[in-house]
Amino acid sequence: MTVVLIITIYPFIQVIAISFNDATDTVRGGIHLWPRKFTLNNYKEIFSSNTRIVTGFMVSVARTVIGTIIGIICTAMLAYTISRKDYVFRKPITILFVITMYVSGGMIPEYMVIKGLGLIGHFSVYIWPMILSGFNIIVLRSFIDNLPYELQESAKIDGANDFTIFYKIIFPLCLPVIATVALFLAVGQWNSWFDTYLYCRSNDALTTLQYELMKVIDNAAAGVKAADVNSQGIKQVTSNPESIKMAITVVTTIPIVCVYPFLQRYFVSGMTIGAVKS
Amino acid sequence: MKTNNNTDKKYYKASFSQKLKEQKYLIAMSAPFVIWVLVFKYAPLVGWLMAFQDYKPAKGILGSKWVGLKHFITLFKEEQFYQALTNTLGMSILAIIFGTMCSITFAILLNEMRGVKYKRIVQTVSYLPHFVSWVVVANIVGQLLSPNGIVNELLVNAHLLKTPINFLAVPNMFWGVVTTSDIWKETGWNAIIYLAAITGIDMQLYEAAKVDGANRWQQIWNITLPSIRGTIIILLIMNIGGLVNIGFEKQYLLGNNIVAEKSLVLDKYILDYGIGMMRYSYGTAIGIFKSVVSIVLIWFANNLAKKTGEGQLI
Repeated sequence: MTVVLIITIYPFIQVIAISFNDATDTVRGGIHLWPRKFTLNNYKEIFSSNTRIVTGFMVSVARTVIGTIIGIICTAMLAYTISRKDYVFRKPITILFVITMYVSGGMIPEYMVIKGLGLIGHFSVYIWPMILSGFNIIVLRSFIDNLPYELQESAKIDGANDFTIFYKIIFPLCLPVIATVALFLAVGQWNSWFDTYLYCRSNDALTTLQYELMKVIDNAAAGVKAADVNSQGIKQVTSNPESIKMAITVVTTIPIVCVYPFLQRYFVSGMTIGAVKS
Repeated sequence: MKTNNNTDKKYYKASFSQKLKEQKYLIAMSAPFVIWVLVFKYAPLVGWLMAFQDYKPAKGILGSKWVGLKHFITLFKEEQFYQALTNTLGMSILAIIFGTMCSITFAILLNEMRGVKYKRIVQTVSYLPHFVSWVVVANIVGQLLSPNGIVNELLVNAHLLKTPINFLAVPNMFWGVVTTSDIWKETGWNAIIYLAAITGIDMQLYEAAKVDGANRWQQIWNITLPSIRGTIIILLIMNIGGLVNIGFEKQYLLGNNIVAEKSLVLDKYILDYGIGMMRYSYGTAIGIFKSVVSIVLIWFANNLAKKTGEGQLI
């Protein structure tokens, strides 16, 4: 088990160590657990000279926050309506969404639809296609199914309408499972880079952090020399692409590391519910 | 009660429109999402028609020329398509076999661990790679496997290698690199479900086995594994259904020109031809091929599960 622990955590520690190590010194190799020549230059650089990283960070944060909030509200609202056994359209709507878990139109038709909607190059292309997923809906619905129905009935007798019941009673009671869905949504938003690649590549103001990191890797893979990376805005010679890459990696990973351990209890049970039901 | 039921039904039928009125809030709350699913999930299905046309964006689906199965025939004659198919199946089969084995082993080991605190730490850490993106993982893997990375250093020091190799530049190693990265990323996460199944096993079974003198290993082999058999089979079916839907993220991010031959997968092929070269109809045809294959695979796996008597999924 200790071996597993080391294998999992070592790569992350090394990345952090390199990101804090002097760039010219890193080239000598041998940085493992601790920086040899401590410096903050790599971070200073990505945050000052390379403005794309800063915009990328902002866009990523924006899409994560907005996408998660809208996603939660939409998922919860829909899950509530299809949890109501007396709802006349319960079955057709459920089937409509379950099918999407197995069949998808594929990359090209989806691209055409997004294009047809005029969403290409717009911030909202990050939000709308991702608000609902069959899996999240099922996780939430099965949680609502387990709540005592009497709560809703008594509220009804008191004259509450279905919408009031939803946001005054159901939504607050669902908070633990909403935490799970929020985590899935947020991680999905934060980690996606392909939609940027496909839809917003040409709009510099809308590229995300993941996409910027992906470009750095892509350049390295294509054998592009450090000089080209420099032309993208990394000016100083005290840095090498390796160190920059690692610093961006750390910036990209930190937000997730800060969040997921606190939600562990919730997502473990959420995963189990989802797996059993689907 | 029976007559009561009948009148209920009559009441239900007679008052359908009244019911609609009563449930106007529910309808209002779900209608936007029905529109959403139709636009974002079902409209692309209509786009499948493109595969049977010579689709021109200027003419639209209604105006483009119908060509029947032309694109499918081209597809099956294309050598690159078979290369992409082989790579896709190869990598996903490796991932299913080794991924499942690792997750089960990990779940069993976790379950056998005694120290509660340490167990928690191991679990929390094991979920971490799942939450980071493939972009980050590809970056980390590139670092570890580079000629002066830790893996080469260890192998050279252990005299298993004479000179460092650049793992990412050896075509024949590419499948292995992808599978290993996949296992590194997902083992902890996938173990959640197995662990849940294991904790659900009746403790009395173990007590009884202990009385019969079974050791730890025999308990795992004769109780734990048979008890989670159902879970394993259901997850295998789901994985088999997704055999061709592995996406192309890992292959795209870990791959490079040198290993292109081994890293080309179906989705990458669609991206290159369909969007890169704007052969929309051809790209859609590949997409349809993929969907048909996965539906057939799900059906096949489902029947297999029925035969083995382990319940079915759909």
